Amino acid sequence: MYAFSYHQPKTVRQAASLLAKNEDGKILAGGQTLLPTMKQRLAAPPALIDLGKVEGLSGIELKGRSLVIGATTKHVQVATSEIVKQAIPGLAEMAGMIGDPAVRNRGTIGGSVANNDPAADYPAACLALGATIITNTRKIPAEQFFTGLFETALEPGEVIVKISFPIVSKAAYAKFRNPASRYAMVGVFVAKRGSDIRVAVTGAGSNGVFRATALEEALKKRFSPKSLEGVSVSADGLNGDIHASPEYRAHLIGVMAKRAVTAAIGK
Amino acid sequence: MTTISMTVNGKAVTGNVEPRTLLVQFLRENLRLTGTHVGCDTSQCGACVVHVDGAAVKSCTMLAVSCDGSNVTTIEGLANGAELHPMQAAFREHHGLQCGFCTPGMIMSAVDMVNRLGPDLDEKTIREELEGNICRCTGYHNIVKAVEAGAQAMGATGQRVAAE
Amino acid sequence: MASTGIGAPVRRKEDFRFITGKGQYTDDINRPGQTYAAFVRSPHAHAAIKRIDASEALASPGVLAVLTGADLEADKIGGLICGWMIHNKDGSPMKAGAHPALAVGKVRYVGDHVAVVIAETQAQARDAAEKVAVDYEPLPAVVDMNEALTGKTVIHDVAPDNRVYDWHLGDKAATDAAFAKAKHVTRLDLVNNRLAPNPMEPRAAIGDYDAGNDAFTLYTTSQNPHVARLVLSAFIGIAPEHKLRVIAPDVGGGFGSKIFIYAEETVCVWAAKRVGRPVKWTSDRTEAFLADAHGRDHLTHAELALDERGKILGLRVHTKANLGAYLSTFSSSVPTYLYAPLLSGQYDIPAIYCEVEGVYTTTAPVDAYRGAGRPEATFVVERLVEVAARELGQDPAAFRKKNFIRKFPHQTPVIMAYDTGDYTASLEKALEMADVKGFAKRRRESARNGKLRGLGYSAYIEACGIAPSQAVGSLGAGVGLWESAEVRVNPVGTVEVLTGSHSHGQGHETTFAQLVSDRLGIPIDQVAIVHGDTDKVQFGMGTYGSRSGAVGMSAISKALDKVIAKGKKVAAYAMEASEGDIEFKDGRFGVSGTDKSLGFGEVALQAYIAHKFSGQELEPGLKEGAFYDPTNFTFPSGVHICEVEIDPDTGVTTIEKWTAVDDFGHVINPMIVEGQVHGGIAQGVGQALLEGVRYDASGQLVTASYMDYCMPRAKDLPSFQVGTTVTPCPSNPLGIKGCGEAGAIAAPPAVINAITDALGHEDIAMPATPQAVWQAVQRRLPAIAAE
Repeated sequence: MYAFSYHQPKTVRQAASLLAKNEDGKILAGGQTLLPTMKQRLAAPPALIDLGKVEGLSGIELKGRSLVIGATTKHVQVATSEIVKQAIPGLAEMAGMIGDPAVRNRGTIGGSVANNDPAADYPAACLALGATIITNTRKIPAEQFFTGLFETALEPGEVIVKISFPIVSKAAYAKFRNPASRYAMVGVFVAKRGSDIRVAVTGAGSNGVFRATALEEALKKRFSPKSLEGVSVSADGLNGDIHASPEYRAHLIGVMAKRAVTAAIGK
Repeated sequence: MTTISMTVNGKAVTGNVEPRTLLVQFLRENLRLTGTHVGCDTSQCGACVVHVDGAAVKSCTMLAVSCDGSNVTTIEGLANGAELHPMQAAFREHHGLQCGFCTPGMIMSAVDMVNRLGPDLDEKTIREELEGNICRCTGYHNIVKAVEAGAQAMGATGQRVAAE
Repeated sequence: MASTGIGAPVRRKEDFRFITGKGQYTDDINRPGQTYAAFVRSPHAHAAIKRIDASEALASPGVLAVLTGADLEADKIGGLICGWMIHNKDGSPMKAGAHPALAVGKVRYVGDHVAVVIAETQAQARDAAEKVAVDYEPLPAVVDMNEALTGKTVIHDVAPDNRVYDWHLGDKAATDAAFAKAKHVTRLDLVNNRLAPNPMEPRAAIGDYDAGNDAFTLYTTSQNPHVARLVLSAFIGIAPEHKLRVIAPDVGGGFGSKIFIYAEETVCVWAAKRVGRPVKWTSDRTEAFLADAHGRDHLTHAELALDERGKILGLRVHTKANLGAYLSTFSSSVPTYLYAPLLSGQYDIPAIYCEVEGVYTTTAPVDAYRGAGRPEATFVVERLVEVAARELGQDPAAFRKKNFIRKFPHQTPVIMAYDTGDYTASLEKALEMADVKGFAKRRRESARNGKLRGLGYSAYIEACGIAPSQAVGSLGAGVGLWESAEVRVNPVGTVEVLTGSHSHGQGHETTFAQLVSDRLGIPIDQVAIVHGDTDKVQFGMGTYGSRSGAVGMSAISKALDKVIAKGKKVAAYAMEASEGDIEFKDGRFGVSGTDKSLGFGEVALQAYIAHKFSGQELEPGLKEGAFYDPTNFTFPSGVHICEVEIDPDTGVTTIEKWTAVDDFGHVINPMIVEGQVHGGIAQGVGQALLEGVRYDASGQLVTASYMDYCMPRAKDLPSFQVGTTVTPCPSNPLGIKGCGEAGAIAAPPAVINAITDALGHEDIAMPATPQAVWQAVQRRLPAIAAE
């Protein structure tokens, strides 16, 4: 790991100003992706701004028809929260599938969303559920937030404060893990809110998380795994690596979508 | 250099570290608590698992400065003097270790598992919960048996991890 | 005594320190004034080094020295060696290129050692290592063996076609004749995938130089500290043996990868004198992937000749073995003498002919990894046998039984003389335990759920207890493969055993103590096992090849015989009886026909106080040593049965059931033996389903971390059913055969035979990842449609 300067702000305001002051500085939340990347000397931020001591960034609450989760809320808290399990059980289950128990004890929702790792799980949930990412300066719909590999709409000096998920009638996540890293090789989050059906795919796209519109269209006819039979997903624009070719990933998107729909119906 | 203070295995400790010092480096080098090991660079092997404020974390994926003010328990703090923690005893009884390198992390993860899920753990749950701990020697067969028995023993004594 | 003697599942004596975090691994040790080494490694698979500019690195904070291959040469430090000479078919010696610890002129794989930076802290050393400017002229990478053999790009000038050797074993004419009369020939092309051993403890070394005595100490992660000392002294030239102490403390697994003498420990011990302070290096996992010796990596074409009833007539094998960019310590022997002599498997095969080409490529060196040659041989034999049975429409178990060797001793056509075994007994027990009778029903149930179920066998044999020194010497080994032991009895009857074996997970501190407890009739707590320090143990050959039980314990047994014999002499004087009347039983020396007796501790005390005999009659003291050289290899064998279920939608293979029945001869500690079997199976399953080292065409290592190299996790494996049969080994005093590698040898073909059974065709390679299996399922779809 390269040397860096370390800052421990007490408020979001301080964090934002530190971030603005330190060009190429990075926010440290749970650090479960950032620190391994830095350890391998693949990233060299000159400054880290640790949100660990910032008050009021962690927590889960229901606000009207939305579930609002603070940015430094840990995966384990989302996975085990009675509020989340009641409101969007598929989201709690997804959080329980991230990494491993020790990673879930440290990793945060805000960190996962801000990092937008193409194999992370939360971006799929945000996109499928139509979440809103709330920063210190504005509200960004998930649709506009995830802009590419490790790229987001966040501006310099902008810090995620919380994420708001509209409550949906049905939602579930199905994940096919990369056998080695156990990150999502293909993760499919399906959500149904009235007639609005969204299918978001992570792990597979060469440009990060995306919506599988062909599957959404098929599911609009009837929200059932049967509707997906015979609907093929194009391999164009999907990742290929030693673990999975674009064709295999395309196939798995269909399989995982069916499994997610089955699970969603069962809730 | 930054000065940090924390409680490790019930004792107050202080040290000077670079910001880039990982918790595991602070434990091993500054405090000479070498029971916590490093087996990979990518947060996957789990040889470095310790408890920070009551929860299992990978100490290779946490900065020491982030732990300022925290309460840390390592494998060295698990036994009560000469009396082994039930999970430690179960690993020995069920031959849940061979070379011993992954063992401290395995045991710390297993204790956390019981703390989170209770003492009645079935094989499937244990295997899933060990996702973040890699062992190259045992094929996991005896680790699974050890965790199952250790969990039962923890339940019988009502024991949580020491010093937490 | 039964509770701690031979055959008892004694809980391990070493565990207390490991479960309380008190183990002492190499990286846990710090020496006063210690500095840290970081290696500058080649980013290129193949390149000429034009210039190394260390000025910026030398000016970096905390840097004490930057050393290169030129510095090694200036100090007359020799290169790393390969200790096993293989001869070509024409009798000429293999072509071994030089292997300097730090590159001279050229680098030959990604991760090759170019320079070392020594600094006050590890972070400073690593920071500065990035500042060493190396001017490379890239040369073409050669990753593929077939491409290497064209010789278009030469890796070592001594081997213009990159062929290290072109070796053979067996009778070509007899084998050709067998094929000429065959009614059926089964042919297979097989890939034995390249693996990274991955002991969980990465390698580490601390070199320490004592200027006052001109003596070195090396702390290192070694399976065989004495061999390390021998090589570092006699060949590399660090210091004569009496001036070099090698300590291998607690070692966190080895699986072969810590046998070898590598560049890093060589450089640390040498550099300690250069900088005048201890030098420590600890590998990270990526360095381990780059520079620890890999295992396996064979391309094989194999053919089995059969008569009309399915009796095997002959076997013909051609293998290309990737040896990487340099010949590692024992690399040359692995695809030759540790491979071809096992090609008879458990079968009566009248004629065998095997050709092996060893090939240089611009990849990390390849050497012994758990099983070393024997898993590769077993994979060839057990895939061929399974496919032959299927092609002939015969039950694979019955087909194997029909071809089993039944009479012992049995001389195979490929060197080995099997001493004993009962292969049918293992197979029958395994069939029973695996409930093979109920398989058809289980397969139907799986089919009803849309799943494919398969059953696979593997009947393996291995040659362990490596090995009779004369025999291996005649085959090209540079060392003898005996083992030593010294039994020191203290005046009050406690015992220290010094062994040349090394324990890095095998539990020697317990099993060896059980032997002593059993033989001397003393509590196990009164026995300490000392190993891993060349200043304490006089010499030893170390632990690999499942040899510590059969060879290491036999040496202890021999030393114990001498202790008892001397004890009888002492007891005779002490009790004023004739030596011939002394009997030793249950820990007491008694005078036959009387009720006079002395306990073991009392006799030990008599030996040391020496009041009852004169020094002319008998030497005082009670300490005996022995060197044990085996008279034959040992031949553990067994049958493993794997049952899998495949999800055709995803290609995921789940192991539903694993049955292992092994014949290890007599077992000292069944708990530990079972643990060895479990671990071996896991590594074999890893090879078959998950693991594979991959380089891209430019020679970059794609699988350089656990993000891409798939290690078996708990969830990937089932619980195992393990059983044993026993035919005692006749060639050693304890009747034991060795168990450390069995699982890794047996497992891969069992898994692949099960998967191909489920798929209904043979077209799948290792590792059978979900993607590979899914693709194989797609290839089966036309057949299903036709059904």
